[in-house]
Amino acid sequence: MKNCARLPLLFSLFLLMPTLLLSACGGGENNVDQGNRDGTLHWGNGTEPQSLDPHIATGVPEHNIITALMEGLVAKDSKTLAPKAGVAEYWTISEDGRVYTFKLRENARWSNGDPHNAHDYVWSWWRALQPALGNLYAYMYFSIDNAKEYYEGTITDFDQVGIKALDDFTLQVTLSNPTPYFLQLLDHYSLYPVHRGTVEKFGTADERGTRWTYEGNHVGNGAFQLSAWKINRRITVQRNPFYWNADHVGLNQIVFYPTENAVSEERMFRAGQLHRTSSVPSDKIPSYLETQNSSLRISPYLGTYFYRINTSVPHLQSKLVRRALALTIDREAITKNILKGGQIPAYAFTPPGTMGYYPESNLRFDPETARQLLAEAGYLNGKDFPTTEILYNTNESHRKIAVAIQQMWKKHLNIDIKLLNQEWKVYLDSESIGNYEISRAAWIGDYVDPNNFLDMFLCNGGNNRTGWCNAEYDYLIGDIAPTVKTHAERLAVFGRAEKLLMDELPVIPIYTYTSISLVNQAVKNYPSNILNKANYSEIYLQAEPQQMPLTEDQY
Amino acid sequence: MFRFAFYRLLQAIPVLFIVISLTFMLVHSAPGGPFSADKAVPPEVIKALEAQYNLDQPLWQQYVSYVGDVLQGDFGPSFKYPGRDVTELIAAGLPATAELALYAMLVALVIGVSAGVAAAMRPNTAQDYIPMSAAMIGICMPSFLLGPLLVLIFGIHLEWLPVSGWGDIPGDKILPAITLGTGYAAYIARLSRGGMLEVLSQDYIRTARAKGLSEPVVVAKHALRGGLIPVIAFLGPAFAGLLGGSFVVETVFQIPGLGRFYVQAAFNRDYTMILGTTVFFSTLIIIFNLLSDMLAIWLNPKLRQQTQGASL
Repeated sequence: MKNCARLPLLFSLFLLMPTLLLSACGGGENNVDQGNRDGTLHWGNGTEPQSLDPHIATGVPEHNIITALMEGLVAKDSKTLAPKAGVAEYWTISEDGRVYTFKLRENARWSNGDPHNAHDYVWSWWRALQPALGNLYAYMYFSIDNAKEYYEGTITDFDQVGIKALDDFTLQVTLSNPTPYFLQLLDHYSLYPVHRGTVEKFGTADERGTRWTYEGNHVGNGAFQLSAWKINRRITVQRNPFYWNADHVGLNQIVFYPTENAVSEERMFRAGQLHRTSSVPSDKIPSYLETQNSSLRISPYLGTYFYRINTSVPHLQSKLVRRALALTIDREAITKNILKGGQIPAYAFTPPGTMGYYPESNLRFDPETARQLLAEAGYLNGKDFPTTEILYNTNESHRKIAVAIQQMWKKHLNIDIKLLNQEWKVYLDSESIGNYEISRAAWIGDYVDPNNFLDMFLCNGGNNRTGWCNAEYDYLIGDIAPTVKTHAERLAVFGRAEKLLMDELPVIPIYTYTSISLVNQAVKNYPSNILNKANYSEIYLQAEPQQMPLTEDQY
Repeated sequence: MFRFAFYRLLQAIPVLFIVISLTFMLVHSAPGGPFSADKAVPPEVIKALEAQYNLDQPLWQQYVSYVGDVLQGDFGPSFKYPGRDVTELIAAGLPATAELALYAMLVALVIGVSAGVAAAMRPNTAQDYIPMSAAMIGICMPSFLLGPLLVLIFGIHLEWLPVSGWGDIPGDKILPAITLGTGYAAYIARLSRGGMLEVLSQDYIRTARAKGLSEPVVVAKHALRGGLIPVIAFLGPAFAGLLGGSFVVETVFQIPGLGRFYVQAAFNRDYTMILGTTVFFSTLIIIFNLLSDMLAIWLNPKLRQQTQGASL
């Protein structure tokens, strides 16, 4: 009987032998150490990209990969984001600020060696404006003369759109109005050129989702070329020998990982499998801050977290009520005690410092004034104020903020708030049809200009969704701002519009985002910027000499 | 036996048809569309996209067209990943998911059968209580807790094993397999114990012992075959469960499997992907249940006779 009892144990050991043997192999060189030696950057990229077609893709993970594979006419300085030469060697701007003439580099090539010229831009931008393609960023072209009209079908002749190739290496773009941020738009992937021969080889120009972006097919004009796309596993890009500035590219290869789970991603970083993470779990941030871990990087990000107010709901139509609500949110408490990631309390909608714009605001935390305003609106000490619902998409951080605000409004205004969380798509549906009272929202800038934030709230703005409409605001943003001559005048117009927005408060700004990530010390020339944009052609890897591994306590 | 399999496969056809129909109705009635986004989507774009994916047609027409395509083995294009077919995405994710399920099943069988047999050898002693208590803990411990715990111990502290990946670094398949297999090991341990206890009290086992056979031979040669029948009946649904339920483990360990696509498809309202993966998993469940039933019949003479009787 005793012998028999040992039988299962022996059987288990026999079968587990390969497992034990395999475990002995686990202690090899990690990705980071190996990458530092051979110039391979291991990049946590959030999710699997939907598409690498610059005229179809949306989202940060897609943006990261596309900017490695492609380049626009104009690039941006990694730190200041000031426009600098990209495919265009230089450019001139007409006196009236409407005509931009770009001189393209004659040594620019596609990654298959084909010459890269001004006609590529004309064709690519024509393609991007085909509605059948389903380009969600088509509006980025609308500052170009007649581009909007062409896209909407008002005109059908593309020759009337302000995009002309004057010769092989000269591109002229005419704008409908002076647009000071136009050069910035050219560095957005939606305005990148695509290789006509490759696109047409796999389908028609306006066919959505053909196989031209796949491994083995993709042709780009950036510092890197696509070498492997293993779905849900990794995307690998290698140095492009045909890139006009290939001699100055510091990396040999970048591996992008779809790291959906922030906790797993952070563990991968600690185990030396990643050079950089796309995020950091919020509950880990305090310990990184306490230990002053130099891998943690927190920097301002061009985005605002806010609450939309549905101004068609009877008790929220009153400006006094909306102001009372806005004045009783203790933003400092939210950023310090809940978020803990260096977020900045927001008292205006546009993040401060956007193109030198610092909005004035009379918002603050002032419960006393708020109670008076609520009383003036007919709700003395919150009496008879209907129970109001805050809608948010299911997410722990949104829930915590909503609970905090619920308590603040109860404590300071004595009003009852219900919380309603909905799954993302249901939430989007509810918000877009106005089926909410107060709703959590966020806006991340596509380019650094107050216009990108303030034009949301035009009466017919698709992203307005508050029901708020103000003729003076529309006039300032839609008519005056595009026509003023100087930058200072323009900022003054935005200032007036934003003051109006913050007086009426169809939205309550809560905080300005920060980008939070972990970056290995070996990653050099990767400065922070407010778009959280990496310039891969400038990054290089250099391991610190005798870098001591961090102990568990130091994390 | 073949007739039994044939009838079971015939029964599967209406089952799959109902699965397709119900899933089709449910995904189309769910609020929120596949193309809604946080930034407003222009009506021109919505129109173009709906036309491209035939969503501009009446629902019944979409249904008929979809069923027709499925009958030809075409699950259609993914809404979320333009240019990718659902079949292509399933093919991309299936190898990792199947491999993970296989290893998890091996872990579950080795640990579960060993523990169950050991417990049944000496019922109501420490040799019984200890593995059965461990089995209860195994059943109760969810993989989203066990996974990170194992990673913390073996990946971060001891640095013995990689913390994520699949087939990239030697040893990166060990922790996911153990995490996914542990819960099933616990079930198998309890099933093996029950089955073995019943068999070991049978007359033929007494006869075998009376013939002077050693206890290992009695257990290995005579008792295991009958004692493991409940385990074998469990294998079919368990394997299907491992294939379809590996989402958490795939997420924790960054495994490029099908589970992540399956769950994300629902969040993205990727209609064709939801339908394709549901039909695919339903087929697998049917096949694995059939295989495990056939195995149980082959192992159990009583069942074999009943099946033959039913077939006649």
